[in-house]
Amino acid sequence: MSSLWQEFKKGITIENPTFVLVLGLCPTLAVSTSVQNAIGMGAAATFVLLGSNIFISALRNFIPDRIRIPCYIVIIATFVTINEMVMKAYFPVLNHSLGIFVPLIVVNCIVLGRAEAFASKNKVINSIFDALGMGVGFTIALIIIASIREFLGNGTIFGIALLKGFEPITMMVLAPGALFTIGMLIGIINFYHLKKKTHKEIKKVGCNGCK
Amino acid sequence: MDVSKLVMIFISMVFVNNFILSKFLGLCSFIGVSKETGPAVSMGLAVTFVTTMSSIITWFIYRFVLIPFNITYMRTIFFILVIATFVQLVEMFIRKTSPHLYKFFGIYLPLITVNCAVLGVAVLNSQTFFLDRTVVKGSFVLSLTQGFFAGIGYCLAMLLMSGIRERLELVEVPQSFKDVPLAFIIASLMSLSFMGFSGFKF
Repeated sequence: MSSLWQEFKKGITIENPTFVLVLGLCPTLAVSTSVQNAIGMGAAATFVLLGSNIFISALRNFIPDRIRIPCYIVIIATFVTINEMVMKAYFPVLNHSLGIFVPLIVVNCIVLGRAEAFASKNKVINSIFDALGMGVGFTIALIIIASIREFLGNGTIFGIALLKGFEPITMMVLAPGALFTIGMLIGIINFYHLKKKTHKEIKKVGCNGCK
Repeated sequence: MDVSKLVMIFISMVFVNNFILSKFLGLCSFIGVSKETGPAVSMGLAVTFVTTMSSIITWFIYRFVLIPFNITYMRTIFFILVIATFVQLVEMFIRKTSPHLYKFFGIYLPLITVNCAVLGVAVLNSQTFFLDRTVVKGSFVLSLTQGFFAGIGYCLAMLLMSGIRERLELVEVPQSFKDVPLAFIIASLMSLSFMGFSGFKF
């Protein structure tokens, strides 16, 4: 059970698809204009990830190694199509605001990456947890980026105005703001990683000095 | 067929709606391969070739297979399969003709398949030039142009970006912002300046 929990957790923390692996950036940047869009996109990607991971790991002994990528793509595209039709029928507004990025989930590197790196080598149950972890990690990353952008660019989060008399920076909800936000976030994360590393190194030196 | 329509597509695809800088299509390869000008441009040309050819192929598929059989909802599966096959072909071609180039692209060449720009063009074509399953007049030439200029826009962004990044190698920057984060911030500034084109009107 604990190993399953590990599979789930790693997608959110140490192998976060957006911040650590830097995968699937196109949809991340394009739909993170509002938190609502971010949650919609995250849910859609999680659904596709879950479906494709289950099927690929169940079929992993039947798919010939040489044509595995086309096989994976067909499976993924099927789930994307299901997702597209469901969205069109039940969430037309969300479908409209996500636009071209709904069919483009099929080329989201996270989905194919997990199929290749995890589902093709592991049992179904592990793959389910891996997919859920990755999906949730992706959604959380999207929500973080979207809330920064929506707050700075529109003065709202979830469509609720937070500060009175706050002059929004419109640039943040447009294309440059997205690139700027992700650049800054990755930079800050790197900064903390580096700080930790040098901290440890100093400690080591310190201990050696004691001897 | 108006020439002005084609010119409009050119301006829109290369400058105003540049695929990388304003639509976020094909960012992975944009950040990954833009460290040096040579490979960046050849990657851009490869993408241009693939977007153009896949616009042609997907137009035929959409017009003569998906619409007559009333299965337009199968669009994603059909398009991605055709594009994947086609990219495989390009990959084989490059492997035979230029081993050096092949070596450098490494992981990114197969990734043209999962390059959103290529599928993005195909989907965009089917959305803009087939309104409610009726063919817009001259849609073949229009989608061909759109595919080609989308690739050219990608090339332009790659060229500019790689030029800047080559010089950045010589500059001292904070350790934590080296490479990827700084590339994003530069892309942000470039995209800001490309927004200046959005005033273009005909």
